[in-house]
Amino acid sequence: MNVNSNAYTYTFATVMVVVVAVLLSGASLGLKSKQSANVSQEKKQSILASIGIEKDRSESDEAFNQYVKQSLTLQGGKVISEDASAAFDIDMAAAVKKSNMDRQVPLYVAEKDGETFYIVPMRGKGLWGPVWGYLALESDGNTVVGATFDHKSETPGLGAEITTPMFTDQFPGKKISEAGMFQSISVVKAGTSNGDYMVDGISGGTITSNGVNDMLADCLAPYASYFKNI
Amino acid sequence: MSTEVKQKEALFSKKNQKLISDPFNDNNPITVQVLGICSALAITVKLEPAIVMSLSVMFVLAAGNVIISLIRNLIPNRIRIIVQLVVVASLVILVDQFLKAFAYDVSKQLSVFVGLIITNCIIMGRFEAFALANSPWKAFLDGIGNSIGYGVILIAVAFFREFLGSGTLLGFSVIPESWYIANGGFYANNGFFLFPPMALIVVGLIIWGQRAKNTKLIEEN
Repeated sequence: MNVNSNAYTYTFATVMVVVVAVLLSGASLGLKSKQSANVSQEKKQSILASIGIEKDRSESDEAFNQYVKQSLTLQGGKVISEDASAAFDIDMAAAVKKSNMDRQVPLYVAEKDGETFYIVPMRGKGLWGPVWGYLALESDGNTVVGATFDHKSETPGLGAEITTPMFTDQFPGKKISEAGMFQSISVVKAGTSNGDYMVDGISGGTITSNGVNDMLADCLAPYASYFKNI
Repeated sequence: MSTEVKQKEALFSKKNQKLISDPFNDNNPITVQVLGICSALAITVKLEPAIVMSLSVMFVLAAGNVIISLIRNLIPNRIRIIVQLVVVASLVILVDQFLKAFAYDVSKQLSVFVGLIITNCIIMGRFEAFALANSPWKAFLDGIGNSIGYGVILIAVAFFREFLGSGTLLGFSVIPESWYIANGGFYANNGFFLFPPMALIVVGLIIWGQRAKNTKLIEEN
């Protein structure tokens, strides 16, 4: 058999493509349910982490049901649905593309030790890919109790540091509005933050820090009028 | 293909042992062949991703070498590079899918680097230079040897960059807190180590050290 003839080359290429396609799509279909279960458990894990409840991924389903009392869907500052699974399944990547008023966004209401917390999901752009996170507010809808951030592909040691306590520990105690006016929290050059509305960025990770800054402003704004009236 | 005499060769004959030990020093893929430099720059800021990357490259390179070696007599010469690329890419995607399902945390660690594995020149280089012309067992050993040679340098560079750049190793602080200027001490992390150029400089220093010890590597002219 002449392995260098045209006919053989075409046959080989065709067979190879079919085999690889079947293999990869088979793996993708077969593993999909397991993968999405992992993703949703991780999401619950980070929602809980924003109010200081650290659970293993495998325990997060149970803990989520225990602590999160309501999952609301908001549009234009008003509750439009109280269906928990609808709120949980909202695709934030698609939601943040819409304008503030058209956006349907989830709000998680959690209860821990008799206190109520509001947890706001966020999503924005870092340097290399998406960044996202959860910001938890006290029952006044203003004071931050905690924040978690995550990212797809920020640089380890630089932008990726937004997930570390060094960055997230700055958030508790900060405020998002002043006398009823929405302010957001600015991420500023490392070492220059002061007051209730600023946190230090990551030095060397400026674009990621700016991305987090924009994400906070963009994703908290749709909730401003809701928090004003609680 | 195989022109050597068809006699039973021991699994770990002298020649086969060399396949593992050569890439470690005399023929190191990074410091001697200068392949795979891009990933050495990109992922050596921290020790942990460097270790994960080394292990992933080891798996992909060993498995890919064996696959290419098994089908080496069937691959049409004109599309061999494409075939090699398809093998690497499918292996990497498969690994990624399995990790996402069964070892989610590892897959999060790897996320950025999966793409980098496909473009790692060491892999294509070994497929082309070795697996296409050798038996599967030899190709397997060659894959393991080269990925160890790669991993050792990667981990060494990451060690220095994490230690001097962040004052941590595998995420644990190793410099006493009281040494830092902020706490009244004298020490500050060298932020420059977090940037890619320092990886190049560290690799350069390693090459210098290696050549000073191993005079075989010094070119005559």
